[in-house]
Amino acid sequence: MKKELLPSILLTIVSIVLLAWVYPAIVWGIAQFAPNKGEGFVIKGKDNKDYYENIGQNFTEDKYFWSRPSAVSYNAAGSGGSNKGTDNPDYLLQVQARIDTFMAHNPGINKRDIPSDLVTASGSGLDPHISVQGAKIQIKRIAGSRGLTVVQVAAIVKTHIEAPMFGMGPERINVLQLNIDLDKMKY
Amino acid sequence: MNPQILGVVVMFIATLLLAVPLGKYIAKVYSGQKVWTDFLFGRLERLLFKASRINPTIEMTWKQSLTALLTLNLIWFLWVMFCLLNQSWLPMNPDHNPDMTPDLAWNTAISFLVNCNLQDYSGETGVSYFSQVFALMFLQFVSAATGLAAAAVVFNALKDRTATQLGNFYNYFVKSCTSILLPLCLLIATVHVFQGTPMTFKGKDTVTSLQGDTMHVSRGPVAAFVAIKHVGTNGGGFFGANSAHPFENPTYLSNIVQMIAQILLPFAMIFAFGFYTNKKRLAWVFWGVMTFGFLMLVVPAIIAEVHGNPNIANMGIAQPDGNMEGKEIRFGAVASAFWSIATTVISTGSVNAMHDSFMPVSGMNMLLGMMINSFYGGVGVGFLNFFIYVILAVFIGGLMVGRTPEFGGKKIEAREMKIAMIIALFHPFLILTGTAIASYLAAHDTNMGWWFADAAGKHNASGWLNNPSHHGFTEMLYQYTSSSANNGSGFEGLADNNPFWNISTGIVLLFSRFLPIIGPVAIAGLIAQKKFIPTSSGTLKTDTGTFGLLVFAVKIIIAALAFFPVLALGPIAEMMKMH
Repeated sequence: MKKELLPSILLTIVSIVLLAWVYPAIVWGIAQFAPNKGEGFVIKGKDNKDYYENIGQNFTEDKYFWSRPSAVSYNAAGSGGSNKGTDNPDYLLQVQARIDTFMAHNPGINKRDIPSDLVTASGSGLDPHISVQGAKIQIKRIAGSRGLTVVQVAAIVKTHIEAPMFGMGPERINVLQLNIDLDKMKY
Repeated sequence: MNPQILGVVVMFIATLLLAVPLGKYIAKVYSGQKVWTDFLFGRLERLLFKASRINPTIEMTWKQSLTALLTLNLIWFLWVMFCLLNQSWLPMNPDHNPDMTPDLAWNTAISFLVNCNLQDYSGETGVSYFSQVFALMFLQFVSAATGLAAAAVVFNALKDRTATQLGNFYNYFVKSCTSILLPLCLLIATVHVFQGTPMTFKGKDTVTSLQGDTMHVSRGPVAAFVAIKHVGTNGGGFFGANSAHPFENPTYLSNIVQMIAQILLPFAMIFAFGFYTNKKRLAWVFWGVMTFGFLMLVVPAIIAEVHGNPNIANMGIAQPDGNMEGKEIRFGAVASAFWSIATTVISTGSVNAMHDSFMPVSGMNMLLGMMINSFYGGVGVGFLNFFIYVILAVFIGGLMVGRTPEFGGKKIEAREMKIAMIIALFHPFLILTGTAIASYLAAHDTNMGWWFADAAGKHNASGWLNNPSHHGFTEMLYQYTSSSANNGSGFEGLADNNPFWNISTGIVLLFSRFLPIIGPVAIAGLIAQKKFIPTSSGTLKTDTGTFGLLVFAVKIIIAALAFFPVLALGPIAEMMKMH
């Protein structure tokens, strides 16, 4: 072991320089050519303010499309899921409560049409997306609270559906983008 | 085809198509032939050797190789302990995160050293950028390279010849870093940067949400980290939510890239073995056995997740996308279920959905993947674990047909068998003992004193469970299985950042990493010294489907006998109750 000590220490030092210093520096250099210089993609709001495109936000007002429930209340400095088991009684009560709240804010919808993603918490607690059905079922409420027609809101939802990539993966809608564009609409 | 199913099929086939040429490349790297990356990375290697005063042409025995391996690991452990315990005053800490407690630092340093990446802290609040990059990401590189280099020693020992000198360990190690891991990581990090993964050294950003709430958004040098996290099958996330976090894994494309990145090297190492030792048929037999096992685990998991949670169906709402608790919309249930099994059969342990909230049958298959731990397995070590089962199968097969057990023209004798048996049985021993102790404490609601306190400050052992009943038991079983398999994923509901869990899993981690490296290297070293017997009609052929089936049967029997009772108490009971 003694014989190996010096080369091992030296090898450790040069590996740290290469792998923990040179390598991240190169990636950082490449990131300078990426949108927003590797500080996270942003989208512009109505008043020209920047919002992080990929970080979901909490929406509780009736005039906005709601995001998915979050176990960490959309705390982007402490991500996480609920980690509840599928038959945990407390958890099932919580889901039931979310269904009831949703029904109360969206009168006139059929319970069977609520997709599960609107009443289950995401893995990161920051999911920026909802399913297409999850947006469609909120159209009536949005139209009502903004004084728009259902057709107008349905049209803007339709333009925000992100298709599967090369035919792979699920369809989805970025809630923040949708709400920003909803705010930009004239009415 | 359903777009979600198509996604995972494409992922799997693309990995295989990339792995075969990569395997050939790796074989060339380890046998010292010229490769096309030499113009840059070859020079880098010579520079590293010169600076560390190592002559890479001096051959070493298997014992010398292991000494070098352990010495390096000891030095890395000390360096990382220093970083984690002093991060508050070290540079690059814009979010002012505090030092780790000694028990958490012990667990974290070991867990990254042994390629497990069990994380009892949360990335946003638990570590500084200095620790992330100079301690944890550094270990993600070198622990993967350690596994690869150990596998390279075994490859060398399994050539058709008699030898005591098995190449230079430092040479294998450095080449694994510079010619294999580094180029792959640069490529993958670049893709991520353009998909929306941050790569910045600035701290948290404060923004006002559209609705007017104040939000703090954690960022960091994520792209560089996420690349080696997968290429090295480490799995430790930059953020708490790991690859479910929309910065760490922003798009469906980045999800595909991360999935390919983590299975690529475990696949490629099998083919590298075939090319290196000129046993290509045998390599395909190995790959076939592993793939068969993988499919048996992944298909039921996908079906269960797509089908959804019957308890939620009973509430009268629709589950068009399956069981969505703990999952992200942009990946969907299929890609999340595929990931959950892939990350557990190989030893990555990164997650893109929360395993605690999967259906019981998926949870059981994740556990089985880690219990068997060699349906592909982690970089380098997956092959070593598989090698142990091959030795066992050769011996059993030899006894069954009445022939001398041989592998690759070398006799397998008592000494090798003893080592193989100890390694094979030590894994269930660690898992079951740990789980037994923890469940005893939880069941008796023991006052744990200094060892444990929950969020409310109570010291009752049952407080570390996030779910009651069978699922709670599975949380504890999962934690020790994940540690012993050097996996690092978790049923994260478990309150694991306390001395009891930090220390006990830390001990399991140490044993379960180094014994399964020392064992196979020792067996290979012993075998290499033996006289080479050319193939004759009396040889038990190993490169056939029949032998593949035998290896598979040995794995299933060992896993079933050791783990069936404990699975019956956890996920199986949970499943029965649900239906």
